[in-house]
Amino acid sequence: MSGAADRPLTTDESDAMPLIFEKSRAGRRGLAIPNPGLPVPAVPAHLARKSAPRLPELAEPEVVRHFTKLSTRNFGIDSGFYPLGSCTMKYNPRVNERLVGLPGFRDIHPLAEDESVQGALELEWNLQEILRAVTGLDAVSLQPAAGSQGELTGLLVMKAYFESKGEGAQRRKIVIPDTAHGTNPASVAMTGFELTPVKTDARGNIDIEDLRGKVDENTAGLMLTNPSTLGLFDENISEIREIFRAVGALMYYDGANLNAVVGISRPGDMGFDVVHINLHKTFSQPHGGGGPGGGPIAVRDILEPFLPAPTVVRDGEAFRLEHDRPQSIGRVRGYSGPFGVFVRSYAFMRAWGPALREMSEVAVLNANYMRVRLQGAYDLPYDRLCMHEFVLSARNLKKEYGITATDVAKRLMDFGYHPPTVYFPLVVPEALMIEPTESEAKETLDAFCDVMLEIAREAADDPEVLKTAPHFRPVTRLDEVRAAKEPIVRFGFGS
Amino acid sequence: MSFLSLTDADREAMLAAIGVSSIAELFRDIPADVRYAGPLDVLPALSEAELTRHMEELAAKNVVDEVTFLGAGVYDHYVSAVVDSVLQRGEFLTAYTPYQPEMSQGVLQAIFEYQTVICELTGMDVSNASGYDGQTVAADACFVARAATGRSKIVVTEATNPQVRETLVTYARGFGMEVVVVPHEGGVTDPARVREAAEDAAIVIFQQPNFFGCLEAAPDLAAAAKDAGALACAHVDLISLGVLEAPGNYGCDLAIGEGQSAGNYVSYGGPHYGFLAASSEHIRRLPGRIVGQTVDQTGKRGFVLTLQTREQHIRREKATSNITTNQTLLALAGLVHLSLLGPQGLRETGEACMALAGYAKEQLAARGIEPLFPEQTTFKEFAVKLGRDARDAVRSARATGLNPGLPLGRVYPGYDDALLIAVTEKRTVADIDRLVEVLAA
Amino acid sequence: MAAAESYPDDLLYNEEHDWARIEGDEALLGITWHAADALGELVHYEPPAVGATISKDESYGEIESVKAVSDLISPLSGEVLEVNDIVVGTPETVNLDPYGNGWLVRIRLSDPSEKDVLLDLADYRKVLDEQ
Repeated sequence: MSGAADRPLTTDESDAMPLIFEKSRAGRRGLAIPNPGLPVPAVPAHLARKSAPRLPELAEPEVVRHFTKLSTRNFGIDSGFYPLGSCTMKYNPRVNERLVGLPGFRDIHPLAEDESVQGALELEWNLQEILRAVTGLDAVSLQPAAGSQGELTGLLVMKAYFESKGEGAQRRKIVIPDTAHGTNPASVAMTGFELTPVKTDARGNIDIEDLRGKVDENTAGLMLTNPSTLGLFDENISEIREIFRAVGALMYYDGANLNAVVGISRPGDMGFDVVHINLHKTFSQPHGGGGPGGGPIAVRDILEPFLPAPTVVRDGEAFRLEHDRPQSIGRVRGYSGPFGVFVRSYAFMRAWGPALREMSEVAVLNANYMRVRLQGAYDLPYDRLCMHEFVLSARNLKKEYGITATDVAKRLMDFGYHPPTVYFPLVVPEALMIEPTESEAKETLDAFCDVMLEIAREAADDPEVLKTAPHFRPVTRLDEVRAAKEPIVRFGFGS
Repeated sequence: MSFLSLTDADREAMLAAIGVSSIAELFRDIPADVRYAGPLDVLPALSEAELTRHMEELAAKNVVDEVTFLGAGVYDHYVSAVVDSVLQRGEFLTAYTPYQPEMSQGVLQAIFEYQTVICELTGMDVSNASGYDGQTVAADACFVARAATGRSKIVVTEATNPQVRETLVTYARGFGMEVVVVPHEGGVTDPARVREAAEDAAIVIFQQPNFFGCLEAAPDLAAAAKDAGALACAHVDLISLGVLEAPGNYGCDLAIGEGQSAGNYVSYGGPHYGFLAASSEHIRRLPGRIVGQTVDQTGKRGFVLTLQTREQHIRREKATSNITTNQTLLALAGLVHLSLLGPQGLRETGEACMALAGYAKEQLAARGIEPLFPEQTTFKEFAVKLGRDARDAVRSARATGLNPGLPLGRVYPGYDDALLIAVTEKRTVADIDRLVEVLAA
Repeated sequence: MAAAESYPDDLLYNEEHDWARIEGDEALLGITWHAADALGELVHYEPPAVGATISKDESYGEIESVKAVSDLISPLSGEVLEVNDIVVGTPETVNLDPYGNGWLVRIRLSDPSEKDVLLDLADYRKVLDEQ
C-alpha cells in the first residue's frame, strides 16, 4: 500500500518527516484484538464494506516513535514561554492529569443512573458554585463545549427570554464592539440575531456616543469582552450598563479575558446577565493543540429557566440531573458537558481556593511589567495601565525598516519563544498581543523582553535576519497561498 | 502558591518599574462601584496531597466496578496504553491551536493524518480537524446543508440518537430551520417515508447502525435524500467501518459521528470528539479548522491551517461556524488508536463485537428474552423485550455488579419493557452468560 | 509578480474600490489595484451565477486571499452575462492584471443612468488619498 512511490511531492525528501501512512507496511499489527471464538453474523452484502480503509499498518513501537517524533516538532507551555495574547497559556498542573485518569472519573458512563455517579455530580455542583461566586451570578449551565458554544447558548437563552416576554420579534439587534473576537459576530449570525457594530474610542473603551445612537427598544443586548481584546478595562462600564438597562436589553459577558479579574471584579456586578467562562483559559484545562475546552455559562436569576437541560441540582445531600425544564432552550451538546474538563478545572480551583484573586493580580502585574519594558521599542497604541494582556504595534518597525509583526513573531521562534498573537485585534495595525499569565518567573519575562528589544534593534541593523526567520525550526516559512489555492487536505496514497 | 514564581522582592521591583505603589493601583481603571471587595466565597485551598485525597473521595462515590453493557452512543471499547502515553506528551497536551505553523508541525501533521483516517473510514474527500461531539456535528452538517441548498428543512430519522435530535432542535431555532422527524417502523426507517419528508429539505440525517443497533437500508435512505435534492448525511460509528460500508461509497454528501468509540474513555460523556467529513464540493462550507499540505521556502513539505477565510476570526458574522476551540487532543487519541488497529484490527474489533452481540442475542432468546425488532440485523447493540419494567431490571442487575444496558423507555416512551444492550470487544462469553442469568432470573 | 499601481482614466469607480468599464448596454466589472494590493495574493473567487441579477451597491460575489475575504460591491445593476473563468481558475490574475485579464463579470445594464453617480478617476483618487 505504501512505499517511496506513494509519497507525495516534496523537493527535499531527506529531511521531511514521513507521514504515518508512508511508514505503513502491509501485515503489521499495532494492537491484538480479543478473539471470542464465536461465529460472526453475516452483514447483508449491500451494507458490507467492500474495500478496507487504508489505515496505517505499524507495530506498536513504531506507532509510539511516530507520535513521539511528532511531539518533538511541537511547542507547548511545557516547552517554554507562550505569551499568546487572548489565549491565557498558563501552567497546566500535572496532578490534574493524574486525577482525571482516576477510574472513578474516567470509566463512568454518562447515562448511568444518578445514584451511581454521585461523586461526579457533586464535583459538577461544586464547580457550579465556584463559578457562581466568581461571576457574581445566580445559576450555571456546565453544558457548553467551549467559549463559542457558550456564546451560542447564552444568545439562545436571551432569545428565549425575550420570546417569553412576547418581545422575540422585536429584540433583533446585538451590539458588538469592533475589538471583539470573531466568535461574537459568528454566534450572533448562528442564533438568528442581527449584528450592530460599535466603535472603540481613543482610550480603547467603547465609544459611548456611537453606542447611544445604536441602542434602542429593538436591541436584545450587548456582547462585551471586559477587559477587552486590547487588554483594557472599559472605564465606562457603569454608563454602558445604564444605556442597556434603560431600554430593557440584556448584557452578555465574553469571559475570554476573565483571568484579569477573578476575585477583583465580578461580571454580575458590572451589570452582565449572561457570562461564559473559558475553562481552558482561566481555569487551566490544557488546550491540547486546539481543544478540548469548556464554556459553561452563568446567568442572572431571570434567565435561569431557559438554561439548557439537563442541569445539576442538589436535593439535600444528594445530587441529580434535572431533565424536566419546560422553558429550557434544550440541549446544546451531549450529556451534561465535557466532564474531564470539569475535573481538571475544579482541581485547579481547589488548589488556589480564595487566592484565585492573587492569580489575577499576578497576571496583571506581569503584563504591566512587560508593557513598560517594551513600550518605546514598539508602539503602544493605548498608553494606559493594562490588565492581563497588552497590545503593541510593530507599525514603527514597518514604517522605518519594512519589518512586520509576522517578522517579529517568526524571529522570536529563533530564541525559543512562542510568538504573541499577531494581527489581532483588527483595530490595531501590525498588532502584537502579549499575555504572560501569572505562571511566569520574572527572569522569564525579562529574558523575553530582552529578546524583543534585541529584535527591534535587529530590525534596524539586520532586517534580513528577521525577514528570513525562523532559522532553527523543522520548517521555514510555509507557503500558505499554495495551501489555499490547491488544497491538499488528506494523504493521496500515491494517486 | 506553588504555581507562582514571583517573590516579594520581584513584585516590589516590578511595581517600581511600572511606576505604581501597589498591586491595587494596577486596577485603578476599574470603577469603584464594580470592584469586588470581599474575599472570594469559594471552597478553601488544598495542597496537592489534600486535593488528591478529596478527588479520590469524589471518584470513590461513583460506581465503576461492574461489568457493563450500557452504550447508547458512548461505548466501553478498549483504549490502548499508547493512547494515554501519547496524550501526556506535554508538547501536544499544553499547546495552543497551531496558528504558528513553524512551532506546530507536530500537531498539524497529526491533524492531517487524522483527516486522512476519517476520510478513509467514511469514504469522503475532506474532514475537518474535529467538532465538539457527535451531537453538535449534526448541527454543523445542517448549517453546511442550508448554505449548499438554500433550503431550511432538516429531516432526521427517529432512530437517530435522541440526544442528536434534541441538539438539532436547539440549533435549528438559531439557524431559522425546522426539524422533521421520520418515525421508525420495526426498528428501521422506510426509505419511501424519507423520500416524502425530504421534499424541499436541505438535509436528511440518519444513523447507521441506528440508535437501536439495527442496520438501516442506508444506500436507499441516501438515495431518497438525493432524489429530493437534499444532502444525504450518515451518522456513523467509526468502529463499525471496518465491517460496514463507508457512507461515501453509497452516495452520502456528509458523514458525521461521535468519535469516542475509537480511542476515548467514556468519561461521563466528555470530552470526546465529533467528526465531520464531506465530499469535496462542500470544502468551503465546512465548519472549523482544516489542515492542508504545502511547502516551506526550501521546498520541504509542511502543514498549515488552510482555507481560514471560512472561519470566524476572518469571516466573522459570515463564517461557516462560530467554532474555534475544538477537540484536537481527543481526535489525536482517535488517530493513535486507529493507527494501532490498522485495517485488520478495525475489522476484527467490529467482528468481535458482532460475534459477542450475536451470542448474547441468541442466549437471551434461548431463555425467552426476545429481540425487540426480531426482523433486523444488528451490529454491536440490540434491544430486547424483558416483559417487565426495564428500569427495575437494571436496578436489580446492578445490585449484582452488572449493568445490563439502557432502559429504552428512558428515551423512547412506550418501550418501558425494552432494554438496549451494547456488547463491545471487551466483554467475554462469561460476562454474557452472567448477563443472561441476571436478566432471565 | 503583482502589477504596478495604476488606475485607468477610462473606467468608472465606486468607493469600495470596484471599477466598471461600460461598453454600450454592457459593462465589465472588476476590482482596483488598490483593493487587490490590500488583500494580497488572491486565492479564491466566488462568482455569481450566469443569469443572476445583481444590484448596484450590493455584493455580487466574494474574493479571498489567505488572510482576508472581501465582498464584491457592484457599481452597477444588471444581469450577469459572463463570469471570467480565468479568474475562477487562477485568481491571482487579478493581482497581475486588474483591469485586463483580471475582470470579474460582464453584465447587461438594467439602468444605464446609474453610471452618472459613479466616480471618475479624479474623484476616485480623492477616495484613495483619504485612506
